[in-house]
Amino acid sequence: MLEVKDLYCERDDRVLFQHLDFHLSAGQAIQVQGANGSGKTTLLRILCGLNRDFQGDIFWQGKPIQKNQGDFRQNVFYLGHTPAINKTLSASENLRWFCASRGMAGSDGITEALAAFNLQGYDDVPCYMMSAGQQRRVSLARMKLVPAGLWILDEPFTALDKRGVSELENMLSAFVTSGGALLLTTHHPLQMACPLDIIDLDHPGAGEAS
Amino acid sequence: MSTIAPMGLGAVMGATMRREMLLALRSPGDVINPLMFFVIAVTLFPLGGGAESNFLSSIASGVIWVTALLAIMFSMDSLFRADYEDGSLEQLLMSPQPLYFLLLAKVFSHWLVACLPIIVLAPVFASMLSMPEVARLPLVLSLLVGTPILCLLGAIGMALTVGLSRSGLLLAVLVLPLYIPVLVFGTGMVEAAQGGLPYTGLLALLGAILILAICLSPLAIAAALRISVN
Repeated sequence: MLEVKDLYCERDDRVLFQHLDFHLSAGQAIQVQGANGSGKTTLLRILCGLNRDFQGDIFWQGKPIQKNQGDFRQNVFYLGHTPAINKTLSASENLRWFCASRGMAGSDGITEALAAFNLQGYDDVPCYMMSAGQQRRVSLARMKLVPAGLWILDEPFTALDKRGVSELENMLSAFVTSGGALLLTTHHPLQMACPLDIIDLDHPGAGEAS
Repeated sequence: MSTIAPMGLGAVMGATMRREMLLALRSPGDVINPLMFFVIAVTLFPLGGGAESNFLSSIASGVIWVTALLAIMFSMDSLFRADYEDGSLEQLLMSPQPLYFLLLAKVFSHWLVACLPIIVLAPVFASMLSMPEVARLPLVLSLLVGTPILCLLGAIGMALTVGLSRSGLLLAVLVLPLYIPVLVFGTGMVEAAQGGLPYTGLLALLGAILILAICLSPLAIAAALRISVN
């Protein structure tokens, strides 16, 4: 699905990564590891097309990603550091606009998606009245709403409680087993039912996924 | 996921406008602040410059246009700021829908929220500044056509500077040169009407600028936003 060839990125005269090659196919999960500031978020943002300061080639479904943006955006779900939740809007208003921005009318699915993240009855609660963990759950509920084959998740476990973490782990494993491709960063020790490949940005070349 | 139906482009734009309207409703400051600025600034001119009606009517079109322009420029800050800070902007940029139309819907909602109240109040303030009655319709027309241009151009500047924490002055430096032609044609049109001259030519010129701005500025806004989130 997603192929990266000889990716090079530097920031403030510091090389974050170079000669980075990997291949992510359907049904595969890759965890990007590295110390703080090692370029994990930068790598994910480069793949998402949000950061363009890089050299190298990225291919989506065999074509250069720049020429295949429409199909890529239709099939990717990105969760960034920030929750992308407007605090003055309610959970369902946030999700409804998210669905609309993806070209979907998701009015029925929203309640189910929120329930999947233990937010039953929070549909119409403004997000500023929720805790950080609940806001995170609203943000995560988006991945239930859009049919994306590739999930790129930046620290998805932040602010979640223990039960939330294990539920999310189960959800991610189920997604990968059902043929989804997953790329994530986390500092949390993962216990996933599916096999997990590692890209280590601290020790380039050591544990790269093939 | 089976319950999710695809939406047309019009519905996507509608949903974006609905969201912007809801946001404006929840934080009414975004509507009221530009309007209050306009009201206060226009009211101060007769107090500071003398209440002589000949003098007032000679500066009326300029006063209303300049204060409306400044009010709109200051209001631009709310257009992308919250979305940039909470990450919604990244989701917008990654949307598979054409960004052009999403941005157009966003700017149009901003115009409805920030500019329309000013346009509605403008004739009232025009009569306060003793603008002759014949010039009031041209004033409203010039603002109706001119202020969307100001919003579209301001959005380009705002998109470029949204990543900076104190962008107010930089925005002014970037955007004011682009505002000047609109201001010149807008006030010129009202003054022509005030002097009993035909003004439709200038209105057509403003309309042409508006069409050009609608066609081109969303592309510039999109490019600027991509630079800002980088």
